[in-house]
Amino acid sequence: MGIDLMPGATLRHTAWILRGNPLTAVAASGVILLVLIAIFGPSIAPYDPIASNVSEALQPPSSLHLAGTDQLGRDNFSRLLVATRLDLVIAVSAVGISFVLGAVTGAFCGYAGGRLDRAIGRFVDVMMAFPLFVLAMAMVAALGNRVENIVLATAFINLPFYIRFARAEVNVRRNVGWVEAARASGESHVSVVMRFLLPNVLPAMAVQMSLNLGWAILNAAGLSFIGLGVRPPTPEWGIMVAEGARFISTGKWWLVAFPGFALMLAVLCFNLLGDGMRDILDPRMRT
Amino acid sequence: MTEPLLRIEDLHVTFSTRRGLVEAVRGVTLALEPGEMLGLVGESGSGKSVTGFATTRLLDKAGRVTKGRICYRGQDITKIPDSDFRALHGAAMSMIFQNPRAALNPIRAIGLQIADAILSHKRTSKEAAAGEALNLLRAVQIRDPEKRMTAYPHELSGGMCQRVMIAIAISCNPMLLIADEPTTGLDVTTQKVVMDLLAQIAAERGMATILITHDLGLAAQYCRRVVVMEQGRLVEEAPPEMLFRHPQHAYTRRLVAASPTASSRIADLVTDEERGQYLAVLAAYKPPPAPPPGTPPLLDVKDLAKRYDQGPPALIGFSMTIKAGESVGLVGESGSGKTTTSRMICRLIDASEGEILFDGQSIGHLPAREFHRSPYRKDIQIVFQDPNESLNPRFTAFDCIAHPLLRLSGLRPGDALRQRVEECAQRVGLPVELLSRFPHQLSGGQKARVGIARAIACRPRLLVLDEPTAALDVSVQAVVLQLLDRLRREDHLALLFVSHDLNVVRMMCDRTIVLRNGSIVEAGESRALFDNPQTDYTRELVEAVPHIGAAATAAVV
Amino acid sequence: MSSLPALFGVLVFTFLLMRVLPGDPAVFFASGPNAGKEEIEIIRKQMGLDKPVPEQLLLYLYDVGRGNLGKSLMTGQSVTTDLRDRLPASLELTLTALLIAMVSAIPLGVVAALKPGSIVDHGVRLFCALGVCVPTFVSGLLLIYVFYYLLGLAPDPTGRIDVFTSLPPQRTGFLTVDFLLAGDLDGWWVAFRQLILPAMTMALFVIAPLARITRASMLVSLGSDFVRTARSVGLSWWRIVVTYALRNAILPVITIAGIVFSTMLGANVLVEKVYSWPGVASYALDALLSSDYAPVQGFVLLMASIFVVVNLLVDVLYGIADPRVSI
Repeated sequence: MGIDLMPGATLRHTAWILRGNPLTAVAASGVILLVLIAIFGPSIAPYDPIASNVSEALQPPSSLHLAGTDQLGRDNFSRLLVATRLDLVIAVSAVGISFVLGAVTGAFCGYAGGRLDRAIGRFVDVMMAFPLFVLAMAMVAALGNRVENIVLATAFINLPFYIRFARAEVNVRRNVGWVEAARASGESHVSVVMRFLLPNVLPAMAVQMSLNLGWAILNAAGLSFIGLGVRPPTPEWGIMVAEGARFISTGKWWLVAFPGFALMLAVLCFNLLGDGMRDILDPRMRT
Repeated sequence: MTEPLLRIEDLHVTFSTRRGLVEAVRGVTLALEPGEMLGLVGESGSGKSVTGFATTRLLDKAGRVTKGRICYRGQDITKIPDSDFRALHGAAMSMIFQNPRAALNPIRAIGLQIADAILSHKRTSKEAAAGEALNLLRAVQIRDPEKRMTAYPHELSGGMCQRVMIAIAISCNPMLLIADEPTTGLDVTTQKVVMDLLAQIAAERGMATILITHDLGLAAQYCRRVVVMEQGRLVEEAPPEMLFRHPQHAYTRRLVAASPTASSRIADLVTDEERGQYLAVLAAYKPPPAPPPGTPPLLDVKDLAKRYDQGPPALIGFSMTIKAGESVGLVGESGSGKTTTSRMICRLIDASEGEILFDGQSIGHLPAREFHRSPYRKDIQIVFQDPNESLNPRFTAFDCIAHPLLRLSGLRPGDALRQRVEECAQRVGLPVELLSRFPHQLSGGQKARVGIARAIACRPRLLVLDEPTAALDVSVQAVVLQLLDRLRREDHLALLFVSHDLNVVRMMCDRTIVLRNGSIVEAGESRALFDNPQTDYTRELVEAVPHIGAAATAAVV
Repeated sequence: MSSLPALFGVLVFTFLLMRVLPGDPAVFFASGPNAGKEEIEIIRKQMGLDKPVPEQLLLYLYDVGRGNLGKSLMTGQSVTTDLRDRLPASLELTLTALLIAMVSAIPLGVVAALKPGSIVDHGVRLFCALGVCVPTFVSGLLLIYVFYYLLGLAPDPTGRIDVFTSLPPQRTGFLTVDFLLAGDLDGWWVAFRQLILPAMTMALFVIAPLARITRASMLVSLGSDFVRTARSVGLSWWRIVVTYALRNAILPVITIAGIVFSTMLGANVLVEKVYSWPGVASYALDALLSSDYAPVQGFVLLMASIFVVVNLLVDVLYGIADPRVSI
């Protein structure tokens, strides 16, 4: 008993939503493509992403090098493909951590109210007082210039959004009839929050998560652009833009444009998918 | 013969929705004389509000008049361009709406809002308009009108907001006013004040009014003629007494039977098949044998009180008893504390003071957050007001009914559970095929039945009902009320019926308690209390309920 | 008013940050890693690092209160001086960007809401959907490519003025304002040209969310009950759209503008790096990468304080605009 999402029905419903919403279908395929590239990237890349070949430096895109070469003669396209994995892993881990921690904390705060709620509310206010990018910078500086710390920093700065969001959503629902009915049917407060309120808040949170994934990718890329986190020669979209930035005034556009385009595409797919996910998870859309 | 002020001829209104075109009004013809008050009555989906919005061209963008004419003073107003219609808005016809606070601009002083309306049709100075606005506030009987000119809607009560709305609507002296459910959501005493005011203003100005409402009694009290709509069609048209005494159409008969009046009986509420079942139970009913002397009553509440940090106590000095199989009504307006009381008795919130004894055992000492573990949890169950909100949207109907069985009766998923759930569904008249549906796939009445089935699943001994039919259509309410009474007699179930609707409580409950601002005002046997109220407040309440007897004298034109 | 505890929390947080930083803080606050041992000891005593932590916190708070944020290794000056010198550059950039963004986004959102489903509406929505996806540093670089390299319209994207123009007498620190005050129109033009591209880059970043919220808010407002009432009594189009719908719609936009400003303070880092803009963010970034930590701490504190002030302003503005809220 409980969430009655039988696998067959969900799949059929998903297909129905995707048919009616071509944009979401495209976004979903985009995301799947990204995941596939992330998994198989290194194997399908035509060149070794770190192999430098200075004689071929700074070549514009051609049939040999689909995205041109960078200042060390490395193939841009291969680097793009391989970078997908790193960027996605960072984003997914960061959002995952902050979602789990934030949603549970926020839900209990929204439900319980009182002193705990106020204290956590203060904490969230303080955290949101920092321009978040600055805070990430400070955290990475304090903890060390490593990829794990980028994940932690991104997760940490994401936390207040989930806490606030979950808190607000639960607050709206906590006095609704069916919540009281669950209590009258013998559920304790804790099980009401964990088994009933949180799953009910899930569709709204899923939209938030998808948007967050896009934002986390941008954030991670931004941090590596300014030199924090990922170091050369590791291929990562932000670093690629940083390295290409030097050459933009001399017209070598492909070094910035291609990773920029990859970033944009990834974020776009996640954003569009977020809107589509809301329709799938909300059983009210089922007929 | 005077030309009717408004003539609607064969009106068809269609909406384009996700599921295609839906015809909300299917050929409605009616006429309105100058100065007349016409009642337009129907349940949800009848198309009554759509007719009103079509007349004033305030339909939602998805709606269009697809056929027919609306003639105002002989001119077909469905064909004139929007720019010309603006001259009619406010100066020829106006509307007032349900939910008056939302209908006012929340960040603009009400005096300015009235002045805006005046200035859009008349070229005067701002000061002159403000002066007129002040006069209008006086005309709608708002006290301290000078101070209220600069007030904002959130500072006013619901009744006051509606009166401000009336002031705005009449500011440019329209000849036609359409009132769409103007008193739904207001307390019954406030409703009387607003309706009396409306009738008086209409009479003074010779303004024709269309009163759109779901409350047949209200229409009967104030209107000279009543028109009944069902599913987009006009079904019957007659003066109120004719409608009540000799309804012609089958639907009108059902509606009249279902509308609770001072003299309704539960058996008469519903006129079709379910009634047979009810009558059989009524005939077979034997009141439970009197318990041996000295047995404590089923529910004994002593000096219950609830205080919050700020403001006056929500409830104070509340005492009552309920015997097994008895039904007790708890009546009051908003802020009376009746919802708080029902939640405390149901042990969903804790009381600040007082004792609650169930079967002689104290259940009040156990805090609400622990009560789910108590063996008494299954003995006290509750049915909620809004069926749309009281079912978990992620549960099927089956899950909803099974949930308390799983948690409180120790049943496991399997045949025994399925049997029990289907049994409950059958008892409440819910077809078993509907059990696999989600709440959004069920109608309001079906959802209400699921809520009741869930509440009786564990065979409680006391059922608390918090306005269980307030959100339902009248005909559905009739069925549900009859169902509740049937269940009560079959199971010797005690009922605590919380409601603001006095007619319903009078019918359903042996005894009634009247609450006001957190204290008991009067209590006693229902019929006696309503026929002969002892306190002024109870008398005021009883007199505010619209009743057909007043039809001939109260209808102004 | 609730921002004051937030400010306090920020102070405590930056204090803790200093304690977590790798290495010995005393060394970093001395004249450099090669400082003599006695000097380090003196600094250590001065900083109170030999005292218990709560006492250190108090000392730190006292120092901050007096404006003592330590010394920068890079510039050799006190951090407070450095920040004060460079703050106007960052503010000029951010405020210009905010102005451009609001002037573009709000009308766009309003027009899109007035004509839902039209080409304008679809265009605005498409623009918003794409706008939030492009990272600031990419758009900045691409703008440079198009306007400087390809079209030759923009000047060399480095710094606030070119090498030939001299600075105006310092009054506000805002070059565009100072040039005007000094009556130097040529200088003003140079400063303006240098400012445009970075300001546009930053503005692009926030036009999308601002337009989106304006559109959504306006749609809600236009579909509300009170607008229906206004129509039912025949108010004019202007009064309905502007006095009734827009004034209500602008309320959430005010709140979002505050949040957007905070994002811009963060984006400052990226834009200043791309355009070599001599603001506080690039100062802090350079310091960070050279393991010079006092400026970083000062920068974080400064940004947070600015944000708290902006928040307060937003609250006050909102309280004025919405009579339902008590300030």
